[in-house]
Amino acid sequence: MDLKELYRDVILDHNRRPRNFGRIEPADTHAEGHNPLCGDRLTVWLRLKDGRIDDIRFEGKGCAISTASASLMTEAVKGKDKATVQSLYGRIHSLLTQQDAVPDASLGKLAALSGVREFPVRVKCASLCWHTLNAALERGAATVSTE
Amino acid sequence: MAVTAPRVAPAPALDVERVRRDFPILERSVNGRPLVYLDSAASSQRPLPVLRAVEQYETHTHANVHRGVHALSQAATEAYEGARERVRRFINAHSTREIIFVRGTTEGVNLVAQSYARPRFGPGDEILISGLEHHANIVPWQMVRDQTGCTLKVAPINRRGEVELDSFLSMLSPRTRMVAIAHVSNALGTILPVKRMIDAAHAHGAVVLVDGAQAIPHSTVDMRTLGCDFYAFSGHKVYGPTGIGVLYGREELLAAMPPWQGGGDMILTVSFEKTTYNELPWKFEAGTPNISGAIGLAAAMDYVESLGLEAIAAHEHRLLEHASRELERIPGIEIIGTAHHKAAVLSFTMEGVHPHDLGTILDAEGVAVRTGHHCAMPVMTFFNIPATARASFACYNTEADVASLVAGLGKAREVFS
Repeated sequence: MDLKELYRDVILDHNRRPRNFGRIEPADTHAEGHNPLCGDRLTVWLRLKDGRIDDIRFEGKGCAISTASASLMTEAVKGKDKATVQSLYGRIHSLLTQQDAVPDASLGKLAALSGVREFPVRVKCASLCWHTLNAALERGAATVSTE
Repeated sequence: MAVTAPRVAPAPALDVERVRRDFPILERSVNGRPLVYLDSAASSQRPLPVLRAVEQYETHTHANVHRGVHALSQAATEAYEGARERVRRFINAHSTREIIFVRGTTEGVNLVAQSYARPRFGPGDEILISGLEHHANIVPWQMVRDQTGCTLKVAPINRRGEVELDSFLSMLSPRTRMVAIAHVSNALGTILPVKRMIDAAHAHGAVVLVDGAQAIPHSTVDMRTLGCDFYAFSGHKVYGPTGIGVLYGREELLAAMPPWQGGGDMILTVSFEKTTYNELPWKFEAGTPNISGAIGLAAAMDYVESLGLEAIAAHEHRLLEHASRELERIPGIEIIGTAHHKAAVLSFTMEGVHPHDLGTILDAEGVAVRTGHHCAMPVMTFFNIPATARASFACYNTEADVASLVAGLGKAREVFS
């Protein structure tokens, strides 16, 4: 169990200085996510243009993994359409849960999340933002839960 | 910890090294480090006498209770009912008819909510709880409120994490039908002045339920001294097995209550037209009970008394004070819950490090603490925090455990520097 694998520099940096933190007003859609296990809450705000994410911001309180994951996600999905976001999440999910998953180059900085798979109870921390983004895209304002 | 006030007489010292040898799990390592178990408020570990009592029962005695004329059934019944008597003595109840075996504190509270409160309460009636309660002493009363139209009131707490006694007293009125309060807060360790609260509630004609889950392992709890109407606790927090707990109820109240669940064992006669219910306490124990759990719980009570509750309480109090002093010296640590009277719970936050991250880093060091809202979300909301880390102490913890905790917190600071 190597803490350095979990708390890589990229993760610590994005926890300390989360990118795209705040809200978009007015937003085209937003969703709230909640992880009852640890009390993490976050809201993802989206502005959409021509079926793509034109702008994305998030705010909330959470652990380092959840904050950094959300921050990294906002950087990764800007300008992407829904299908691309979903495919990206599919790859992130494999990365978080499959022991032998090798991060492909297209994941960029998101690959820093691969250390989470050694800590199964923390997977939900990393995936909460993605569930929430998905909910925002799917049905506009809504609350999703990881439970 | 004492029931109502700190004890002045010095308690005999606990031989902690000998105690630790009774708990085989403490010999294991976690993540390559010796286990430092500081999560007994969630569930305490079991000593050998409890493990052996359960094993002995399972390997030599097991059969169903109250059912057979054969030797094993008689022996199992004797052991199960013997456990009930053991519990009665432990809490000094008047009669074994007042000792209902349940799954745990949660089931005990739900039984009272559904069998005592629900049939009796209606619009205009009030249930009073405190702002410190565990979800298990909130949600069952919200359900009764929604079922009956009665009102649920909450006595506020202060920044130290104590119930505001004046507010509590002023919220009592002839409309108050039920007061449901924790004996000790699981999230903060606050010891509530339950004796005073019970007496005040009784003066207004209210019935009182005490959630004793966190008090029972740390103090002598005497039903006749306390005078409450219901008292619920769990076996696994007092060194016994999971899945067994106790609801104490005053006999005249229990006798007047309808059964909660129907089934075998809780009846005398059944026809399709009419069923006659069994006597107390079996009226409330439908179905085959957790026989080995009850036997394990009785063994746990023997064990606790062999160490001496006062010795345990004094030991834990010293550890709590020591740990509090140590943590106060660490920059960025804030202790949440600074009541004048506290049991063996130390809840805290560390600036810049989320409790969940703290929990992971401490775990990598072999230190088990609870992190989260501790099933007391309203308490977290009051302090405007999402969660805390909570170290809790039991008879087997040492100053070395506290040192490991402190070292682990240093490690967390390092990771997040």
